[in-house]
Amino acid sequence: MDTDYKYEPKNGLTRWLDSRLPLMRFTSEHVLQFPTPKNLNYFWTFGFILTMCLVTQIITGIILAMHYAPSTLLAFDSVEHIMRNVNYGWLIRYIHSNGASMFFLAVFIHMFRGLYYGSYKEPREVIWILGCIIYLLMIVTAFMGYVLPWGQMSFWGATVIINLVGTLPLIGESLTQMLLGGFAVDNPTLNRFFSLHYLLPFIIFGVVLLHIWALHVPGNNNPVGLSVQGKQDTVAFHPYYTVKDFFAYTVFLLLFCYFIFYNPNALGHADNYIEADAMVTPAHIVPEWYLLPFYAILRAVPDKLAGVLLMFGAIAVLFFLPWLDTAKVRSGRYRPIFRYFYVLFVIDCLILGYLGAQVPEGIYLFLSRVTTIYYFAFFLLVLPILGRIEKMKPMPIGISNSELSRDMVAAE
Amino acid sequence: MSDTLDDDKPTRRDFLYITTGAFGVVGAASVAWPLIDQLNPDASVKAVSTIEVDISSIEPGSFLKVAWRGKPIYIRRRTNEEIADAEKDDNLNLPDPQKDIDRVQKKEWLVVVGVCTHLGCIPIANQGEYEGWFCPCHGSHYDISGRIRKGPAPTNLEVPPYEFVSDSLIKIG
Repeated sequence: MDTDYKYEPKNGLTRWLDSRLPLMRFTSEHVLQFPTPKNLNYFWTFGFILTMCLVTQIITGIILAMHYAPSTLLAFDSVEHIMRNVNYGWLIRYIHSNGASMFFLAVFIHMFRGLYYGSYKEPREVIWILGCIIYLLMIVTAFMGYVLPWGQMSFWGATVIINLVGTLPLIGESLTQMLLGGFAVDNPTLNRFFSLHYLLPFIIFGVVLLHIWALHVPGNNNPVGLSVQGKQDTVAFHPYYTVKDFFAYTVFLLLFCYFIFYNPNALGHADNYIEADAMVTPAHIVPEWYLLPFYAILRAVPDKLAGVLLMFGAIAVLFFLPWLDTAKVRSGRYRPIFRYFYVLFVIDCLILGYLGAQVPEGIYLFLSRVTTIYYFAFFLLVLPILGRIEKMKPMPIGISNSELSRDMVAAE
Repeated sequence: MSDTLDDDKPTRRDFLYITTGAFGVVGAASVAWPLIDQLNPDASVKAVSTIEVDISSIEPGSFLKVAWRGKPIYIRRRTNEEIADAEKDDNLNLPDPQKDIDRVQKKEWLVVVGVCTHLGCIPIANQGEYEGWFCPCHGSHYDISGRIRKGPAPTNLEVPPYEFVSDSLIKIG
């Protein structure tokens, strides 16, 4: 983004540093003085909140790895050891386990915000795709992390998910054995999951940097979806959005702390406090709440391979969103019909999440089929067609006029 | 050298580029293979692949569950009614058609891997609509021959390689 602001080193030392490593120039131009649309609402604070979530998970995770033993003989006991013996071990583990849930809560809000305000549209397609990659990496990381405590849900969740790979024709079985390192989930599986669970957050961190880099080329989208036209439309990131982001993060921490201190196991499953047993399947295998919508899609289909393909398709379709939505207008504010479909889509995802936790029979099976159809129809039918036929509401001339013109529209 | 080299004609340098590149790819692949192959089941995992089971204590109509390669094996001693039940359904339109006789060595004994062919859960014996096995994870029903009858599983319960060492001893694997 073009900015009138240019960093000027103030003294000899900073001038010396600036011509060797322009770190302060970079910080100044891309953080402190970065021109940001002045009309961003609180939904735009989740980028910062997510960064803090990632940092929290990495710090607590590194500490947990100091006390955890990745072996089928020791893993379950070492987690209990963390909970009972390690100083503040219970706190660090509850932050990490609930932190994963908070991370996904924040990323869902972040993604739904992008979907409503058209943040994936030209020229921000690459930002969106990098975000989808981060989301995919988050799912893989969280899944592997859930296996580490070596409880019943860890073991059987891993068994079910890795067996998804076995549905692939020809290579399925040998690929499954390669992932497992054996014929069933066992010590080799646990060890490699620990290794990769430690690695992937740093990969995520790298993709986050690319995500922010790509964001800093066109600059932020905003609630009216219009491009920034000049200085009158922006404010400096600091202090305006640093303060707003920190305030939002503080409120977010209240919810986080409620779970950590008052209800730390509410989002987990009681069966995971039973040590893994390869000979007994729990009566009801449920993934973590943030994976339930995809689990519901998997089970909505009677055919095994089709179910698996549909589940992966539910994530794959996100990558194509910038080209599936044909509307040129970015913000959902000016798309009267889109708004109804959007709200319906949010409700659809929530119902899918509910159905993922139910036994797939009778009315639940029927509902999961209906909601699965709408999930895909929203991307593959509604967005491509609606963009061509929808009559948009009158738009403001620029970001600075947007509040004024909203009043005009209201007065009509 | 002159400037009039024919652009379409391969030069010695092109040859060097291609052979160097090809050697580089082969070299990289040969280094990558050990890094990938270490993921596959190791020698200790492959070693424990046969077990012997004493079946003399199994009463007709009951079963024994044993572990083989980290998976449960159901050894079921079937009653005459159960065998008749299984054979009666041989010619129905089954999802994975197989005759009962092709799934056993002795009609009385059914040996199957207790892993649901859907996504790998352990089906519970003597449950479900066909009173064979029922998988609680995603609702697959198997009959008394371990054949899939209803639900998302695509194939019948797998029959592991086994042989009768004597009337009371089975070797699996």
